Amino acid sequence: MTENDKASSRPTVADWGAASAAIAVDHLVKLYKQTRAVDDISFSLPRGSITGLLGGNGAGKTTTIAMIMGLVLPTSGRVQVLGHRMPEQSAAVLGRMNFESPYVDMPMRLTVRQNLTIFGKLYAVKNLAGRIAELADDLDLTDFIDRANGKLSAGQKTRVALAKALINRPELLLLDEPTASLDPDTADWVRGHLERYRRDNNATILLASHNMLEVERLCDRVIIMKRGRIEDDDTPEAIMARYNRTTLEEVFLDVARGRVNGAKEAAR
Amino acid sequence: MTDLSISPHRIGAMILRYWYLLLSSWPRLLELLYWPALQVITWGFIQYYIAENASFFARAGGTLIGAVILWDILFRGQLGFSISFLEEMWARNLGNLMMSPLKPIEFLLSLTVMSLIRLAIGIVPMTLLALFLFHFNVYALGLPLIAFFCNLIFTSWSVGIFVSGLVLRHGLGAESIVWTLMFAIMPLACIYYPVSVLPVWLQYVAWALPPTYVFEGMRALLIENTFRIDLMLEALVINAVLLVASFWAFLALLRSAKKHGSLLSGGE
Repeated sequence: MTENDKASSRPTVADWGAASAAIAVDHLVKLYKQTRAVDDISFSLPRGSITGLLGGNGAGKTTTIAMIMGLVLPTSGRVQVLGHRMPEQSAAVLGRMNFESPYVDMPMRLTVRQNLTIFGKLYAVKNLAGRIAELADDLDLTDFIDRANGKLSAGQKTRVALAKALINRPELLLLDEPTASLDPDTADWVRGHLERYRRDNNATILLASHNMLEVERLCDRVIIMKRGRIEDDDTPEAIMARYNRTTLEEVFLDVARGRVNGAKEAAR
Repeated sequence: MTDLSISPHRIGAMILRYWYLLLSSWPRLLELLYWPALQVITWGFIQYYIAENASFFARAGGTLIGAVILWDILFRGQLGFSISFLEEMWARNLGNLMMSPLKPIEFLLSLTVMSLIRLAIGIVPMTLLALFLFHFNVYALGLPLIAFFCNLIFTSWSVGIFVSGLVLRHGLGAESIVWTLMFAIMPLACIYYPVSVLPVWLQYVAWALPPTYVFEGMRALLIENTFRIDLMLEALVINAVLLVASFWAFLALLRSAKKHGSLLSGGE
């Protein structure tokens, strides 16, 4: 039986109301030669939610997000974004979503304003000059908006990348380590901005992070991945209670070091 | 099914992106100018020397210098296309573009426009140098020059599209192909000598390449004062086939890159 046959015999995204979900992932598998980077995962994210995708290096978080974005093709299984299948119907949704990742840069020689202008045009943003001014004000970019991106500090670059990710007022925002390399003050400020953006726009945010405090503060749901599979999926509070832990960091260490059963039994 | 509809404002955004880059970097502008100038000066003096010592070349004035100008249209046209593409790889910006509503066909069209702009910056001064230093006026070729130019630029785009697909699939490890593939065509395209010089079996290969028709056509025009429109039409047909094939190959390589996760790495 092929991976596709297995997937087709199981409940599909449509069966669990995926059409109304922001993201619906159905029995998703990604094989790289012999390696199962993502191993039969399913989840659905309601609109307006913030979900944290946790896991150690190589857990499959980035591959999962890349498949949701259509940058990587699944070996089997299905992804639906804002009611459209990815990557087949990507043209219908790419303008309504956006992303930020430390693995992707913006052109270094172009100024912040030039970069935002180009991405604004790519996303067909109306009143682009006004939108750039609004983002510059919101994200405190004004002082360096006409400086080349390559001459900015790490914190400034992260804010510019966030401005690019918000340029089209996305309904769905995918963030890979949004506060990596930021000092605690700037990181806290970025988290506050994301919270406000979600609240004001009823946006859906999927966030991959190694920062457990960030996930505890921002996320109303946590999906923990390990070796390509979903190890746990619940609210942060429920997960901490299940593992008898007071922080997500302790839960993360339990999962990473294989102390899952012991921790769960101790909680019982 | 691939969506082939195009958006002029997204193509315009990409052209603006490369235009900003050119204006921000004088070494990039200088690179466009100095090599064509060096080429025409070197070959101009060689032509002078040969013409003084060989009666055939005295009669066939301008074939060498004309050939070097046309060769540069072919070579620089491809480089203009491919370097703009490589700029995205070097800037690690490809993920941003692939996640935006920009379609592959729009991306490729913006690269063709940039190839024309970059070519104009390099070739126009080159032709003026040829005129003032060696009294060779390439524009005096008249309407045939348009046929030569179109056929050469179409071939350069086909090669550019194909090698860009290779880099997309195999990352910057395949970058050297961008710089060298056109030189593989060079001996077969019979730039500086007639096709009859080649062994008969190799002539079949040479006639499969549109530039061969252009350089044969140029020699017919300069030596026999005959415009071989039949050669230009045959080249146009082969170019049409090459353009379709290279676009199909680009899409296949893009799909393969998504399958193998190459878009996430992009490096070596």
